[in-house]
Amino acid sequence: MSTMLSATTTGGATGPGAASRRLLVHIIAFVIFAGVPLFAALVGEPFMISLFTRFLIYAVAAVSLDLVMGYGALISFGHAAFFGLGGYVVGIVAHHGAETGTLFGIATSNSALIIWPVAVVLSAVLALIIGGLSLRTTGVQFIMITLAFGQMVYFLLVSLEVYGGDDGLLIGQRNSLPLIDTADPVSFYYLCLAVLALWLGFCWRLVGSRFGMVLRGLKQNQRRAVNLGFAPLPHRLAAFVISGAGTGLAGVLWANYALYVSPDMAAWSKSGEFMSIVILGGVGTLFGPVIGAAVFLGLEQILAIWTEHWMLVMGPVLVAVVLFARRGLYGFLVGDRSHD
Amino acid sequence: MSTLLIEQILNGLQYGAMLFLLASGLTLIFGIMGVINLTHGSFYMVGAFCAAHAATATGSFAAAILAALVGAGLYGLIMELVVIRRLYARDHLDQVLATFGMILFTNELVTVVFGRTPPFMDIPDFLSGTVQLLPDLSYPVVRLSFILVGALVAIGLWALITRTRIGMLIRAGADDRSMVDALGVDIRRLFSLVFALGAVLCGLAGVMTAPLLAVEIGMGERILITTFVVIVVGGVGSVRGALIGALLVGMVDSLGRAYIPITLYDLLPPEIASTLAAGLVSASIYVLMAVILLVRPRGLLPARG
Repeated sequence: MSTMLSATTTGGATGPGAASRRLLVHIIAFVIFAGVPLFAALVGEPFMISLFTRFLIYAVAAVSLDLVMGYGALISFGHAAFFGLGGYVVGIVAHHGAETGTLFGIATSNSALIIWPVAVVLSAVLALIIGGLSLRTTGVQFIMITLAFGQMVYFLLVSLEVYGGDDGLLIGQRNSLPLIDTADPVSFYYLCLAVLALWLGFCWRLVGSRFGMVLRGLKQNQRRAVNLGFAPLPHRLAAFVISGAGTGLAGVLWANYALYVSPDMAAWSKSGEFMSIVILGGVGTLFGPVIGAAVFLGLEQILAIWTEHWMLVMGPVLVAVVLFARRGLYGFLVGDRSHD
Repeated sequence: MSTLLIEQILNGLQYGAMLFLLASGLTLIFGIMGVINLTHGSFYMVGAFCAAHAATATGSFAAAILAALVGAGLYGLIMELVVIRRLYARDHLDQVLATFGMILFTNELVTVVFGRTPPFMDIPDFLSGTVQLLPDLSYPVVRLSFILVGALVAIGLWALITRTRIGMLIRAGADDRSMVDALGVDIRRLFSLVFALGAVLCGLAGVMTAPLLAVEIGMGERILITTFVVIVVGGVGSVRGALIGALLVGMVDSLGRAYIPITLYDLLPPEIASTLAAGLVSASIYVLMAVILLVRPRGLLPARG
């Protein structure tokens, strides 16, 4: 009995108090996100809906990245490639739809039910290729090779003169869904919120599953996990593919939100931003990156209004977070030792 | 051999020499301190900006060199004392993020200090003009002299690392940090020294770029990523690896620029070839890196076995 008790207390967050505090944070965050359109209408600031839609889309990407970074200890510096690919699938289909109505001889559609799954599957395939090759390396080599693959995708997009090259592609309209008017900002906002909630729920189940446990076991002590009979590569690769697919989904949402895609979506600085958001929110917390996205983009917005040299402040803020707030904002909100 | 090939090889050597200046510092910093320093490219940018502005203000190339070396070195030293020093014990993720933040900061700082107009730097008189290397090949003096500088730095670094007490400490530090510390060497001062040395080399690379390429915000990140390719190809932590990697990447880039379009235009219809060529040329060094890492995951000449 005493050993069980001490196990719960040393676990910190596993105590009932911490659990309820965590639940409270989640509920408050959900209520805030759900209430944004109403609040925006009340104060007459429709711009807020647009800003919060951005938070949600970046959060989808950041949660996906956290899956590999926080639970697999795989520091991918090339995740923007999937974001860019997802976006470009939407952009390219729309481009051909507007010009000739066909792509590879197949009639194009504007239905999200067709385009979105295709984009997500293609992102997963790209992740399978990049992950399959990159996972042969570890540590700093892994960071660099994912960066290199990200840059390859970036340069590929830049060289696609047919699709605008450096300038990118404008998209005429959002993909259509039955029953939901995606052109309406509020509907689109709730659609993004639903996607985020579903994705978060899926990832939550995933990291709690046997698969997630193995992934974490490999992170904590690879030799032990291997000796227990778990092969590192298939688990890590599967996590990488799921993460790439999720980031591709975020790219799809972004293309629909901004009605514009450009190679910048796949630039290395975008990968850096995603990483910053994950770390700001709390690595290995899944929910933390959602808060991280809101704070990172919100701070960027506020600083940009205040001074054009906002990066002069943003840079040191990131450094300070790394140096002094090691568990991220989520750790700060739910109690320092809370984790997983 | 055709003239084009010789000219491209010389261009590759020149680019490789510049990459080596950046990569040798970066690889030492990683090998000895275990820090992934993304701000390394920023020192190069600071050096280039200092050089261009000093040259415009004084008209002297010597002043430009001095300004670049002092500017980059000093900025590097301050960075080490204020930020990097706190990152030694941290994991790679923390280092990547903190130094990513410092890139944002440095870019903005350079904008505030030097303004938004990209400065322009002329090639100094004694380096302008060309040399007739072959009957049908004349090559710019400035590029030849930069190859020479790169070679001299490589020899100098080799001598420093293998023939001096400091070099001995650097090698020992790369092998076993805590042992060097326990033997009574002030490891913090050694780290600061290596870091500042790396930044000074970046400044030198900045001077060597300023007359040839555009001096602008963002030049640091572009070169930084290429530099990472160099050290990963060569093997992280080893100066010899950095040299091999720099030459290899320089050659692949320069030869790829010349021969990929020619080859593709021969094989494919022009509209497809032009699109593909532009992409392949930019991506060639990343393809090189991916291939090398697949064959040798630790690079060609890793520091430790």
